Amino acid sequence: MSAAASYARRATLLAGFVFLYAPIVILTVMSFNASRLVSVWGGFSTKWYVALLDNEQLLHSAKISLAAALVSATIATLLGLLAAVALARFGGFRTRLLFFGAVHAPLVLPEVVLGLALLTCFVALGVGRGFVTLVIGHVTLTMCFTTVALLAALRDCDPTLEEAAMDLGATPPEAFLRVALPQIAPAIVTAFLLAFTLSLDDLVIASFATGPGATTLPMRIYSQVRLGVSPQINAISTLLLALVAVALGLAAAVSYWRAGRNFRGMKTLARSPDKAS
Amino acid sequence: MNAPLLSINNVSKKFGAVVALENVSLHVGAGEFFALLGPSGCGKTTLMRCIAGFEAPDAGAIALNGVDLSGVPPFRRPVNMMFQSYALFPHLDVFENIAFGLRRQGEAKDAIDTRVEELLAMTQLSNLGRRRIDELSGGQKQRVALARALAPRPKMLLLDEPLGALDRKLREETQFQLKEIQRLTQTSFVIVTHDQDEALALADRIAVMRAGRVEQVAGPMEIYDRPATRFVAGFVGETNFIEGRLVRNSGAALIAEFGRIPCEPGDLPEGAQATLSVRPERIGVEREGEGIAGFVENFVFRGETTLLRVRVAENVVLRAAAGHGERYAIGDSVRLSFPPGAGTLLAEER
Amino acid sequence: MSRRRRLSLGQRLVIAAPYLWIAAFFLAPMLLVAKISVSQSVLARPPYRPIFQFSDSLAELWAKAQDFTLDSYRALVNDTLYVESYLSSLTIAAIATLITLIVAYPFALAMARAPERLRPILIGLAVAPFWTSFLIRVYAWIALLKDEGLINNALMALGLISAPLQMYATPGAVVVGIVYSYLPFMLLPIYAALERQDASLREAAADLGASPAQVFLRVTLPLSREGVIAGSLLVFIPAVGEFVIPDLLGGSETLMIGRTLWNDFFSNHDWPAASAAAIALVALLMVPLLLWERARLKEEGAR
Repeated sequence: MSAAASYARRATLLAGFVFLYAPIVILTVMSFNASRLVSVWGGFSTKWYVALLDNEQLLHSAKISLAAALVSATIATLLGLLAAVALARFGGFRTRLLFFGAVHAPLVLPEVVLGLALLTCFVALGVGRGFVTLVIGHVTLTMCFTTVALLAALRDCDPTLEEAAMDLGATPPEAFLRVALPQIAPAIVTAFLLAFTLSLDDLVIASFATGPGATTLPMRIYSQVRLGVSPQINAISTLLLALVAVALGLAAAVSYWRAGRNFRGMKTLARSPDKAS
Repeated sequence: MNAPLLSINNVSKKFGAVVALENVSLHVGAGEFFALLGPSGCGKTTLMRCIAGFEAPDAGAIALNGVDLSGVPPFRRPVNMMFQSYALFPHLDVFENIAFGLRRQGEAKDAIDTRVEELLAMTQLSNLGRRRIDELSGGQKQRVALARALAPRPKMLLLDEPLGALDRKLREETQFQLKEIQRLTQTSFVIVTHDQDEALALADRIAVMRAGRVEQVAGPMEIYDRPATRFVAGFVGETNFIEGRLVRNSGAALIAEFGRIPCEPGDLPEGAQATLSVRPERIGVEREGEGIAGFVENFVFRGETTLLRVRVAENVVLRAAAGHGERYAIGDSVRLSFPPGAGTLLAEER
Repeated sequence: MSRRRRLSLGQRLVIAAPYLWIAAFFLAPMLLVAKISVSQSVLARPPYRPIFQFSDSLAELWAKAQDFTLDSYRALVNDTLYVESYLSSLTIAAIATLITLIVAYPFALAMARAPERLRPILIGLAVAPFWTSFLIRVYAWIALLKDEGLINNALMALGLISAPLQMYATPGAVVVGIVYSYLPFMLLPIYAALERQDASLREAAADLGASPAQVFLRVTLPLSREGVIAGSLLVFIPAVGEFVIPDLLGGSETLMIGRTLWNDFFSNHDWPAASAAAIALVALLMVPLLLWERARLKEEGAR
């Protein structure tokens, strides 16, 4: 590659990453700004974080959001796994098209429409809205994402491995549990994390599906943000960003470690050539 | 052959409009090394998957030791398969891969350990038991797959293109190993291959398949020397097809465009249109003398022999293998001779 | 043929849970919305007149079916607020999609041409913000775009402008928000299409006398078409129905259909109108998807 092209490539990458990260970095820096004003640097301070600890409403909402994310991500991962197994392994059963369409539809449906549909349904059934309806809403929203992620993983997973297991005496469920499941374990973790972050982040579905007792963190943030930039919101945003950064860092470290192990394996192989050859 | 271990009777299978198997009948004896040979799409893999239980025949029956296998799922069949891709479990090490079938049978831990060690030794993998699958070479993977399929002591082992993924040099070495292991274990091996050399080298008997049908079942030598159909003659080894009319009096011969070739008439009637299949190495090549005249149009040196393309008539070119030592050039005149019984006479295809 | 077969008992058990969930919490609510959209609006809670009840007999059902009204749909067409919301949503989404494409393509190209061992790290870094809160990422732009925000401050400090530019609370801010939030959706498919390309194709084109620009226009770009189309749909479709971005970054006059729907539902309590708008929106978004699917099928048929 020519020097000019290489230079242009680096400049593009730099510009792209600045665009992606600058707003986040600025937000983080602002959370340590002693001044209330965005444009004035009033010195380093952690007072907004301290103030968070006294904001019981916000802490309560954070707990609700975390609980809803945990429960709904668990249910969505389980349902997504079952749906993915049905779509990947059961062949062309009747009503497959309906099932496939219905599972994937929330992916392209505007969240406002899904939220509206859920709310009308809860109202029509006379169900009181609260934590349970919030979880139902989030499972319905995130299940399509977990299904897609797990379906892709199952399709990548060689079906002859399961055939080999059955050939060696494993029943079909046994073959799935002992052979396919370990293969897609990383995808299951990814699907769970995806559902978890989507639920933790969701504002629209939650606004429709939840009730007065179960206001989520994004709903609190939203109602404050509408009033303008607030240092406390900067602080809680930074905390949420840090949480995700740590999680992503761990995931990267694990995959790096696994790749390293494979690399070592390859080196062992290079040192001891096949004796038969 | 005493009572066959595996009998396949009139098995047919369609995928949509595509006929994969049509009225296939075969018998494989206990301890036999049997090969299903044919080009891709001939139905050999489908037949193997029917035996393993991954596909169900539309018609016909497959029986093992006289017991009908229809409706028996793969995990209850005493037949194991070595997959073309090996299908080794990447999350288990070598030992656990081999132990997989034994654990499903619920064998005692000691028995499993002993059996796995025995197989590791047999396949020369003894110190690799704790290796991960992605740390193995292609040849090692192939041996793990073989050991895993043999571990539960199947009545019959199915091998789907077992040498397909290996390079040329390793392949010959592995052919001998496979034969040796088959002899040691006294297990029936059924191998699926598109490689005629592999089938000829390994099998006691070969079934040549084409478009869902069995064309011929015979030992390797008979398949090579006495092909039953034009397809078998063309698929297994190199050959010349010479078209002509049969005369039976004064020593049977085929009257071809370019001359008279002596042959064994079989039960074909006088005057029948027939095709003679003659292997290049069965044709004698001399500079002069008796025989059919032609000139060398092209040649390829093959080490042991030199393959000549000899034009004997306006539109007929025969391939003949000349022995080592003689040098030929393009345009050389040669004489081709056909010893009695050099070829096989085939009736016109239906 | 094994194409359409009955499932075994075990398989039915596997499929039952997701199927029931989808039926109860997605299909049924969507049908309910469709039903409400043809009901008459009343001031009650729930603010619509029920059309069917579980106790209805067939005759009653028929009588009630006479009550079906397309009023809400008629109102939709006549109501300038809705018509303008739809048009403005489509315009903003289309402009934002185009800009996202212009931003994402060189970025994806630079990543796809980076040294191979760097690529996973680069793509990981590019996608990482997607895992953080969407709401927070949109919120971060408020501090940048406001009249007294960082961009205006910086520009004024440099002496480029004398008075703050009005950026916050404009359609332009909504476009920026969409570009920023949906960039990974455009980046990934284009990157995947570019990374797959065989480098020898470009070398072959150059060998045959194509200049670098011609190589790009005649080889690289046409071969990445599928990535561009997929990325554009992934940005355009959710952008049309977006609520958070226009609500936080747009002004009160920045109309987008998601926001209008939300307001109708929460503030005006006109459920039949909102339901009709929702059904119309779904129908609208199906159009590009169906076109895409048809083109894909055609291409497959041609092959």
